[in-house]
Amino acid sequence: MGEAVADTGGRAAASAPFAIELRGISKAFGPVQANKDIDLRVPKGTIHGIIGENGAGKSTLMSILYGFYKPDKGEILVNGQPLAIADSQTAIRAGIGMVFQHFKLVQNFTVLENIILGVEEGRLLRPSLAKARGAMKRLAAEYQLNVDPDETIDELSVGHQQRVEILKALYRQADILILDEPTGVLTPAEADHLFRILEGLKAEGKTIILITHKLREIMDITDNVSVMRRGEMVASVKTAETSPEELAELMVGRKVLLNVEKTPAQPGAKVLEVRDLKLVDDESVERLRGISFDIRAGEILGIAGVSGNGQTQLLELLGGFPEKGARVGGSIRMNGQELDLTGSRSDAATRRARGIGHVPEDRQTEGLIMDFTAWENVAFGYHRAPEFNKGLLMDNAAIRADAEAKMEHFDVRPRNPNLAARNFSGGNQQKLVVAREIERNPDLLLIGQPTRGVDIGAIEFIHKRIIELRDAGKAVLLVSVELDEILSLSDRIAVMFDGRIMGERLPDETTTGELGLLMAGVTDTAHADASQGIPPEHKHIEDVSGGAA
Amino acid sequence: MDFATIIQILDSAVRLMTPLLLACLAGLYSERSGVFDIGLEGKMLMAAFTAASVAYATGSPWLGLLAGIGGSMALALIHGLASITFMGNQLISGVAINFLASGMTVLLGQRIFGLGGRTPSLTGGGRFGEITLPFADSLQGVPFLGPIYSNLISGHTILVYVAFVCVPLTWWILSQTRFGLRLRAVGENPASVDTAGVSVTRLRYASIAICGLLCGLAGAYLATGLSAGFVKEMTAGRGFIALAALIFAKWRPWSALFATFLFGLLEAIANRYPDLDLGIITVPSMFMNALPYILTVIILAGFVGRAIPPRAGGEPYVKER
Repeated sequence: MGEAVADTGGRAAASAPFAIELRGISKAFGPVQANKDIDLRVPKGTIHGIIGENGAGKSTLMSILYGFYKPDKGEILVNGQPLAIADSQTAIRAGIGMVFQHFKLVQNFTVLENIILGVEEGRLLRPSLAKARGAMKRLAAEYQLNVDPDETIDELSVGHQQRVEILKALYRQADILILDEPTGVLTPAEADHLFRILEGLKAEGKTIILITHKLREIMDITDNVSVMRRGEMVASVKTAETSPEELAELMVGRKVLLNVEKTPAQPGAKVLEVRDLKLVDDESVERLRGISFDIRAGEILGIAGVSGNGQTQLLELLGGFPEKGARVGGSIRMNGQELDLTGSRSDAATRRARGIGHVPEDRQTEGLIMDFTAWENVAFGYHRAPEFNKGLLMDNAAIRADAEAKMEHFDVRPRNPNLAARNFSGGNQQKLVVAREIERNPDLLLIGQPTRGVDIGAIEFIHKRIIELRDAGKAVLLVSVELDEILSLSDRIAVMFDGRIMGERLPDETTTGELGLLMAGVTDTAHADASQGIPPEHKHIEDVSGGAA
Repeated sequence: MDFATIIQILDSAVRLMTPLLLACLAGLYSERSGVFDIGLEGKMLMAAFTAASVAYATGSPWLGLLAGIGGSMALALIHGLASITFMGNQLISGVAINFLASGMTVLLGQRIFGLGGRTPSLTGGGRFGEITLPFADSLQGVPFLGPIYSNLISGHTILVYVAFVCVPLTWWILSQTRFGLRLRAVGENPASVDTAGVSVTRLRYASIAICGLLCGLAGAYLATGLSAGFVKEMTAGRGFIALAALIFAKWRPWSALFATFLFGLLEAIANRYPDLDLGIITVPSMFMNALPYILTVIILAGFVGRAIPPRAGGEPYVKER
């Protein structure tokens, strides 16, 4: 395994100028040990990746570095000098900037107001705003960070909001920039643009720490990579001397199949027929503009697209809970029978009774009730099933036994059905939802973002289960913003943009480049015939980003 | 209805809206910083009581005013401890403060003065006097503008003028100063303030202190300006009306001025025409007196446009996890 140096406290290279050096950092949240005796050295002027599964402690570690959390013990050295980082102000003064995964922007403030917040010059705003305006112009030119300074954050796309966060850090003269999962919300083109910005910053001599769970990003852009697992730093290696497989194994602690193994689909009869589906939300925005597709038994239709292009509305409408006040049109046929789109028989319960299982996109708000126990959660949606009821009362013993069986089957840890959903990790929460829906053996499974915020081990598991369901002759509608996931699971791929399906492709005959174009709303007639499968050049994507920026 | 009557009604509206305006601005500071405050009523009541008691004991309305501010700020501090430091539920803390004030004022009043919860009436020097602005008398005769100046603008107590000055001042603080920017930010997204290296706790305490100060002015005005002494439950829901006005005003200072004026005007009309004779029917006085409260219900039920409260309002700031 390359030169995987388990970096445990050695001071061999003490003379080298490290931008950041952490020694023996530990942090516990109640009984949970988020960071255990972490050592980390980040050389100046490099891009350093920190990779690990969800809950491995990456974000906690970086929040400590930024003064957002206080470590229980350990030492932090910035540019070789020991520094007690008691709060974010100290970190900012030491030249550390952080772009959080969930942006820390004030939504109804302008870009300028957000940038000066906390670093105003004097008691009145006017001079600070003027100064920031000038600085923004300079930074925009220098690093391709163009944003309208007078726009409110509400009006900006996610990609631009991220630029504001980066501008904030640069305006505070950050020399060391930490980015926490920066590409989770970006299109492939936006991610490319971000990486070019980061390369530019590195060329200026700035140090960048990139937290991610995406192996490809690590391989593409970092100089060094540190791997975290269950709160510990398990390895620090040069990126050039490692491989995705090795990193995955280090992250999970065992061998992982990065690619899903599956046999060709055996499509049967049409299960779902969607025709000209339209939806206008309560603010009169057209979210779906005439969606049509079929799914047959024994196949997976993947819907790719940048989030916010109508996928959520499509899933909710199919699942029987469209947004309040939405007007809908079109038709849905399930096993040849027309489904009601409005009225009392268009609800989620009726859809479930027709054999539609649904794993919603957001498990925390739609899939689970976080304060309820696992066994209660595993029964939701099916709580009226005869086997769960005894006369007027619920048969809690039966429900609990059923939940235990499902948790066993899906390897949910900890295997304690009495624990509140909130107390499970993201991956295990998702397993609870997936177990609930798949174990009912639905004719059609709607599954949105099945592995968002889920660790690699659980991703592998959930993917296998989806394939198994397909192989059992069921239909699956998979909606995901992760192109890799769409490509590896789907038998057919449809790309959504602005409430329309831009085209359908076969996974073997397309490329991320081509799908990226469709995701950005570019229809290239040369590619209209999916069987042609001409792999577009990488520069197509750049063109798109240029146009969008 | 002649011109003089209109002036009289408006004059009365200005007097009646003053406590509402002060309380409304008090709530504005608190809520724009993300701390919901339904304890405006309690703070005003406590301030009215302490102000009246001290003004009676010392004969000085100014000392009464200080005592009013003190009483109100003590309750504000309790609200701060409960909802900022101990991250409790802001609504429950507010309700508790209202009950506390309602009970304490009567209990203390009875213990000290033995008048069934009232304080003795304030005479002459114990109250804030009306200020006659320069030239008010000599300009009386000027047509139209004369009566407006002499009878409507002149002749109020100092607290009325303070309340009106607070409107542009609040606007200026919120929109033009560093403190205002941070205050608005902490009410929208406290994490953004925290990660910018500014203390969320300190900001919220500051805004709650301002809230206490303004409620103190409002309460003192009720007891030593508008009336002459404290009467049990004398706020009569004004704290809640101020809250409704705040929502109506969408948490903005200039709109707060107009919203509270509307309530003041309704109250003034009800006082002037107990039985409003519309020719065909006579509107009973009970209905007229209920008008401000009916308007409150209508506003709170959301019939008057959509009001978007500060996004982080009502939520104690807890770092993730």
